[in-house]
Amino acid sequence: MQPEQSADAAAEELLRSVRQTSRKGRLWIGSLVAVCSFGLFAYAIQLIHGLEVTAMREYVSWGLYIATFIFFIGISHAGTLISAILRVTHAEWRRPITRMAEAITVIALLVGAPMVIVDMGRPDRLLYVIRYGRLQSPILWDVLSIATYLTGSLLYLYVALIPDLARMRDQCTAIAGWRKRLYRILAIRWHDTPAQRAHLEKALGAMAVIIIPVAVSVHTVVSWVFGMTLRPGWHSTIFGPYFVVGAIFSGTAAIITAMAVFRRVYHLERYIALQQFRNLGSLLLTLSLLYMYFTLSEYLTSWYSAESIDVKLLKNLFDLHRYGFDFWVMAMLGLFIPTILLILPKTRTIIGITTASVLVNLGMWLKRYLIVVPTLQTPFLPVQGVPSSWIRYFPTWIEWSIVAGALAMFLLLFTLFSKLFPIVSIWETLEDTSDVPTT
Amino acid sequence: MTRREFLRAVGTFIVVAAALRWKTVVALAMKPRQAYPPLPSEVRRGIPGKKFVMVIDLAKCDGCRKCTQACQAMHFTPAPREWIKVYQMQDSPTAAPYWFPKPCFQCDNPPCTKVCPVDATFKRQDGIVLVDNERCIGCRFCMAACPYTARFFNWGNPSHTSEELATPYSPEYGFPRRMGTVEKCDFCPHLAREGKLPPCASVCPMGAIYFGDQNEDAVTNGQGETLRLSELLLDRAGYRYLEDLGTQPRVYYLPPKNRRYPAPPKVLEVSHAT
Repeated sequence: MQPEQSADAAAEELLRSVRQTSRKGRLWIGSLVAVCSFGLFAYAIQLIHGLEVTAMREYVSWGLYIATFIFFIGISHAGTLISAILRVTHAEWRRPITRMAEAITVIALLVGAPMVIVDMGRPDRLLYVIRYGRLQSPILWDVLSIATYLTGSLLYLYVALIPDLARMRDQCTAIAGWRKRLYRILAIRWHDTPAQRAHLEKALGAMAVIIIPVAVSVHTVVSWVFGMTLRPGWHSTIFGPYFVVGAIFSGTAAIITAMAVFRRVYHLERYIALQQFRNLGSLLLTLSLLYMYFTLSEYLTSWYSAESIDVKLLKNLFDLHRYGFDFWVMAMLGLFIPTILLILPKTRTIIGITTASVLVNLGMWLKRYLIVVPTLQTPFLPVQGVPSSWIRYFPTWIEWSIVAGALAMFLLLFTLFSKLFPIVSIWETLEDTSDVPTT
Repeated sequence: MTRREFLRAVGTFIVVAAALRWKTVVALAMKPRQAYPPLPSEVRRGIPGKKFVMVIDLAKCDGCRKCTQACQAMHFTPAPREWIKVYQMQDSPTAAPYWFPKPCFQCDNPPCTKVCPVDATFKRQDGIVLVDNERCIGCRFCMAACPYTARFFNWGNPSHTSEELATPYSPEYGFPRRMGTVEKCDFCPHLAREGKLPPCASVCPMGAIYFGDQNEDAVTNGQGETLRLSELLLDRAGYRYLEDLGTQPRVYYLPPKNRRYPAPPKVLEVSHAT
């Protein structure tokens, strides 16, 4: 914060987005609702006719839905993990971005986890997973791990929100009655007493430590859904750490993208500045190099030892007539170009770093697709006498619509969250003790 | 209407309804206890004392695909779904081509049942792996986990014949099928209960498919030839497909030595057989 600005004025500025919504904002929300509704319409068709309306068939029995599931669960790592790590290490510059990071986690989990239900042949039997659940199945590990992570992240988001909820209860008077009630109830009689502060800091400190291993476990068990099978390209010992690094990588990119958007739309230039972009940019660069390293280890070892089934997979993955083009688009746009943008001093600007982040997100989504689909097209037995639709795969409009709807739902929930609650943590930002100017 | 009148009306209705539908009432009363489907607990346990096993003699298989057709007819399987599929194999460009009928291997270390989150697919004491389509949630993890492409999915609403619908469902034969659930070859335990061979084995004109019980150490083919399992595997160097994967299949193959039919044409795509 700039010294000439008083704390009250800053709080007022940060509350502005909560108090009013512009016409453009309403238009944005309206269009998101439209895309979501179309996604729901497509899902209704799928519910009536079954998964037949997708392009998935006997060989490619998982596709866009599962890739999107991994993508969203990956994005969810951003938040809580990074906010927790930065809190534990007392990085002062984290203060204006922790809230949006934590919100990304909760919203990505809320949107990502149902992608598995969308993929289910019998969503009506969803509760069988609890009724007949078998702990031997990696799906149960996913259910337990993701449920724990969602609960933990929700609590973590909420606890850090309490002082701001109390502020809104006290200062926002010209709002709808239901919102007043909401803030009053959620603020659970917070009056900012020293004792309450001490409790809050203690709770947040403890939760920040606990949430880190939970977050690591989530993407580890997601990877094990693949790693525990006998299929080429999945049956890999590095899949756990490979997925965790990929998740933090795409998650960090998601935070940077969200920072850039909110900074511009809500005029937060005073709070979110080059420093935050540079610091997260360095983290993104590290993770990008790590992800390249993992990708190289993964494919180089199977290419060099050249087991016949692995060679078959690599041919499918790297042949330019099959997935080679997609793979190199992923590698160039999702890894090499972002890395260069993040290294060169000239492009280490807010625009450069944000561009790198958007590319990383697109690239990581494509990478998840390339993890799921080509392996399924590489069976041990030869593919003979089956319709080509069984082995080829390109998502149908139903699949694209549902995934677009999920993405719109993510943006919608994020927008609504920022309309209901301050997207920059007011109390944490005001508490900033660092002398380093952030602008 | 008083209580008495009401009761009388209800009574009259029942009597009249019963009179009109007397055939149904009599049929219900006379119905013998059905042997099929067996109770759900019996289905999950398996046939006591048995260990079913299949031996496929590749020297006899000439790729006529009668096994596939008989299987499809018995299980009402819609084409092009094939619970037992005949592949045209060639392990390397210099190796001999051969026909390779492939049912579900009913593995003793099944990668599919391991990953099922709800115990919808399960391994029984008699060695058979079945799918319960009343339990299956359609996550298709078992399909992704099976290295042999043995499993199929009802992507849409399956079409039924009236004959299929007249049969009460049992995982032992897998129909009537249901939308959004997985299915696969089941070794026909409902026929084994009657001491019959599965249709794939019984119709094979070459007698290439042997089915039997490992505990009895005997397998029989469709031509009534019964052999000692252990001797057959020893004499003919029986092997299991992709033994390296550690899945412990219950289907053995006899190598295509001294074929009794002309060799199939060479295959373009080289298979990944061991």
